[in-house]
Amino acid sequence: MTNTQIPPARAARPGTPPSPAAQRPPARDRGTRLLATLFLAPTIVGIVVFTVVPIIGSVVLSLFHWNVIDSPSYAGLSNYGEVFGDETVLVSFRNTLVFMVLAVALQLLVALVLALAVNGRMPVWLRSVFRSAFFFPLVLSAASISVVMKYLFNQDFGVVNWLLGFVGIAPVPWLTSENAAMATVVLVYVWQQFGFSFLLFVGGLNNIPKEIHEAAALDGATGLRKHLSVTLPLLSPTLLVASVVGIINALQVFEQPYVLTNGGPGDATRTVVMVIYENAFEQLRFGEASAVGVLLFVLIMAVTALQFRLSRRFVHYQ
Amino acid sequence: MSQTTLSYGRVRHGLAPWARIAGLTVCALLTLGPVVWTVSTSLRTPAEAFDLPPQLIPTNPSTEAYRGVFDQIDVWLLALNSTLVTGLIAIGQMITAGLAGYAFARLEFRFKKPLFGLVLATMMVPLQVTIVPVFLVLKSMSLTDTLLGLIIPAFPTAFGTFLMRQYFLGMPKDLGEAAMLDGAGPWRTFRSVYAPLAAPGLAIVGVLAFNYHWNEFFRPLILETSGQNYTLPLGLVSLQGNLGTGSISVVLAGVVLSMIPAVLVFVVGQRPLREGITSAGVNR
Repeated sequence: MTNTQIPPARAARPGTPPSPAAQRPPARDRGTRLLATLFLAPTIVGIVVFTVVPIIGSVVLSLFHWNVIDSPSYAGLSNYGEVFGDETVLVSFRNTLVFMVLAVALQLLVALVLALAVNGRMPVWLRSVFRSAFFFPLVLSAASISVVMKYLFNQDFGVVNWLLGFVGIAPVPWLTSENAAMATVVLVYVWQQFGFSFLLFVGGLNNIPKEIHEAAALDGATGLRKHLSVTLPLLSPTLLVASVVGIINALQVFEQPYVLTNGGPGDATRTVVMVIYENAFEQLRFGEASAVGVLLFVLIMAVTALQFRLSRRFVHYQ
Repeated sequence: MSQTTLSYGRVRHGLAPWARIAGLTVCALLTLGPVVWTVSTSLRTPAEAFDLPPQLIPTNPSTEAYRGVFDQIDVWLLALNSTLVTGLIAIGQMITAGLAGYAFARLEFRFKKPLFGLVLATMMVPLQVTIVPVFLVLKSMSLTDTLLGLIIPAFPTAFGTFLMRQYFLGMPKDLGEAAMLDGAGPWRTFRSVYAPLAAPGLAIVGVLAFNYHWNEFFRPLILETSGQNYTLPLGLVSLQGNLGTGSISVVLAGVVLSMIPAVLVFVVGQRPLREGITSAGVNR
């Protein structure tokens, strides 16, 4: 598309020396450097002020007791001690990890199966209908979707239990029992998010050359076998990206548990980000909140690093 | 012989095509079902909202719930706030990402690699880890509880910068060289040659920004304390809290209202949105 708009600049000036770029006058270099500085300034200044300084700030703040009203007092590592002694914080880390494992596994599985199914033979219009349908929830807000889901999963008058009634399943306390609440949060999250991995997989599958499948079919690879030993290895770079992004996002889950259950019942769905929010902005314990934030950061880095490590064995690049 | 190949062919496809399409249809219904239910329930009178079975097409369609939303929250103000915040962030990100992406792709300067590394690294930093200090930085600028406080920190976009860099790298180099030969300086080369070609890439950045920030909840929840600075998602969740009377059709009418622009962007910007997401996986 863009190529057609390109004017044939070279052809318009025949006989010009091919590579003058090598001996540009220094004045032009200065112009380039000035331009680069101007072009980069908004991004770099923004990143420094709103990301780099705050990261350092988080680490520093985590060493202080501070409630905004009184002046901060140095606390050493006591915030971390408090955090590790705080049942709610520990539970929130456990919840977040459980959520991450369930949500990412389910999301990748659903997305992969659907991407493979959509990739099969069918009319072009139908394919694009399915693709749009699966991707649609992504454009909605997690907060308002959670408001909707709160009604759908209501134990007494929710549509989900009403539907389950047809197959003879007794009403499930989706949001009010400790065991079911986390599962519900996972379901709602996956419902909205799987479209992201789905799109990545559809893109990845399109990148696999057709000849490879044809060759595999000639060698006798069939059905599931074909997918397991041919498609999956070829898709593994996309799987890696989808799982890295999925894990980083899942470890930051907030809207769904906040709106659906407000962390309850008890602490059953309280996540790390909810704890950061509550500590900092409800109880004004900025030091503790920062300590939890730093720990979350370390966790995300560790999980991601581990994943890249492990992936070296499983990811195949063409 | 021919019979074996035939049966072979049947095994090879595993699932029969009709079964695959039927399965996909069920999944698509599950995906869209909650949205359809939301729209149809919002069109029922609050008294009928709880009726089971849920009527797909309301027997007495009513806009009472929508009037209820306008009575309880200032929808116009919230929509204006959301539009201002989202629109300015989208424009801002297109400008910052376009400029920075071009610099990283086509200009030579010192510390290019480490600076680009810095940009990439910030993609990994979750917002929640930095939110407390960001809140304090904004407070020191007196920007908490203002719309500007939401807008300004969202201008730099690591992903957008990365995307635009890839985009500019994909354009032929000799275009710029030809312009240089014609006597264009680096600014003219950017302005008249490369920038106009970048429009589709910038559209991706803009649509992604619009989608993300229109739906954003966490930062507004923390930064905006007075109702007149609320954005739509915040207003909706507070609408749900105000009720207690159990008028779900009013809440759902509010949800539908807030979805409309997102759905419009989906319809118009589906392609850039999809390309933006897909390139997250393919380009790295």
